[in-house]
Amino acid sequence: MNKVYNNRAWWLILPMLILVAFSAVIPLMTVVNYSVQDVFDANTRFFTGTEWFKEMLNDPTLHAALARQFAFSLTVLAIEVPLGIGIALIMPKKGWQASAILILVTMPLLIPWNVVGSIWQIFTRGDIGLMGWGLRELGYGYNITASPVDAWATIILMDVWHWTPLIALLCYSGLRSIPDAYYQAARIDRASKWAVFRYIQLPKLTNVLVIGVLLRFMHSFMIYAEPFVLTGGGPGSSTTFLSQSLTTMAIGQQDLGPSAAFSLIYFLIILLVTWVFYTAIMNMQKDDNNKEA
Amino acid sequence: MSESMPTTPDAVRQTAAAADNRRRRKARPATNQWRRRGLMTAYIVFVLLPIYWLLNMSFQSNTEILGELTLWPENFTVEHYAKILTQSSWYMGYLNSIAYVVMNMLISIAVALPAAYAFSRYKFIGDKHLFFWLLTNLMAPPAVFLLPYFQLYYTVGLFDTHVAVALAHCLFNIPLAIWILEGFMSGVPKEIDETAFIDGYSFPKFFVKIFIPMISSGIGVTLFFLFMFSWVELLLASTLTSTDAQPIASVMTQTKGASGIDWGVLAAAGTLTILPGIVVVYFVRNHIAKGFALGRT
Repeated sequence: MNKVYNNRAWWLILPMLILVAFSAVIPLMTVVNYSVQDVFDANTRFFTGTEWFKEMLNDPTLHAALARQFAFSLTVLAIEVPLGIGIALIMPKKGWQASAILILVTMPLLIPWNVVGSIWQIFTRGDIGLMGWGLRELGYGYNITASPVDAWATIILMDVWHWTPLIALLCYSGLRSIPDAYYQAARIDRASKWAVFRYIQLPKLTNVLVIGVLLRFMHSFMIYAEPFVLTGGGPGSSTTFLSQSLTTMAIGQQDLGPSAAFSLIYFLIILLVTWVFYTAIMNMQKDDNNKEA
Repeated sequence: MSESMPTTPDAVRQTAAAADNRRRRKARPATNQWRRRGLMTAYIVFVLLPIYWLLNMSFQSNTEILGELTLWPENFTVEHYAKILTQSSWYMGYLNSIAYVVMNMLISIAVALPAAYAFSRYKFIGDKHLFFWLLTNLMAPPAVFLLPYFQLYYTVGLFDTHVAVALAHCLFNIPLAIWILEGFMSGVPKEIDETAFIDGYSFPKFFVKIFIPMISSGIGVTLFFLFMFSWVELLLASTLTSTDAQPIASVMTQTKGASGIDWGVLAAAGTLTILPGIVVVYFVRNHIAKGFALGRT
């Protein structure tokens, strides 16, 4: 679409800008403020410069949390994206089954995040949970409070349960936008199923997949409530992710300076990733526009 | 007379389509169909099983839950639901949650509509940077903003009110709304705006009378997403409230008593938080898929 250059459009943006700035800029400034000071009480504070940042960047617990965070985010992406595509491909396209399955598949996305944690806590407990009990009956000593492997597997399974629907729905909408004529042409060419997927369906999915990967990455990167309820970060600190380390530091230990510095580092990582995806999305749109023109 | 030759163009098309369908059915082996259905069923079972277990537990008495594991409630009871629906500390949690979610939806959509219009129709100084900045807010981890929010809302005297949570959720909901709406608005041809202005419509009148009805399905989908993300977010909601505006999530922590967790009530409360989502998703079921793609397929 050809956009008109008109700076009066700022008036339309203004109300939104004020509101978001109130919620985003002022708090962020507070964080920046704390990150360069050592606060003892309301009246005593010292300027520390970059000391907190240095401390945080060399903090082994932070390194460990960051490594776990990346491991977690990449694992869930690696499972959820192919699985989501697969489910989108087998979802029925019309009839009442399509509506029913759409509603059922969407359901996990609409459950409050701590309730997701509670559901899985109940489901996986050895004494009262179907899965925990079932695995024990099968002879596997399943215990998420003692075994880090079980805890990890359970959290990943929970995340797959919770968020694969997002990828599936995105891909489903992408697949529905493919005109029937493409498939007819493929049938005339006697294209194999794989060829149809590779050359017709997958190219159409790239747009939605970028959005899906972006949303999934950022949500998994700030995951908090689900593991907090399910494992409490344990056993030990084997499932303590970034958000939880941060909240423990800021609320639990009241270390304002270090946790503010931590927040900013965390935010910068997210910013970097967002920028990469944003550039990708913008380039895609440019390509689309060029094609149309 | 189904074998007679079709005469009208429509009939020709129908016969051709029917033949095509027959061929397609023959071409695709029946086993393939069944494998598809089997996989789909397996996935649906995977989705439903944990939810079923929650539901199952919410209808059992606590002695039954902690006793022998039973696959369905043998002594069906609604005592947990009765407790939630009669104690004000419980049902107020739901009302508080719904109150701030609705408030947030109204605020977000009101400011996002004009902003999304500006992004979809005009170029202006800093538009790309502004859009990127909005996107970063969508990504901002709530944990980062926890402490400053607490202090900010405490200072301005909004702590423990519904407005505080509604405003805090604007942080990610307004950018999301703009992103989705912009996608839908860009699908409306610009000629419509131009024609309306030539016909003498003022901008506000055009926007409310013509433009908004044209993207009504987009607005519906956006509202659904605003509802969803405000409803599921709890870290900010529970930090910014203490008693008067406590969301259901914080109320649920009450189930951890001295004698362990009250599993039955926890399960019943959890089940009740799923219901509003199902009601809402039913209304937008035909548009969700498009909305999830932020209007960009």
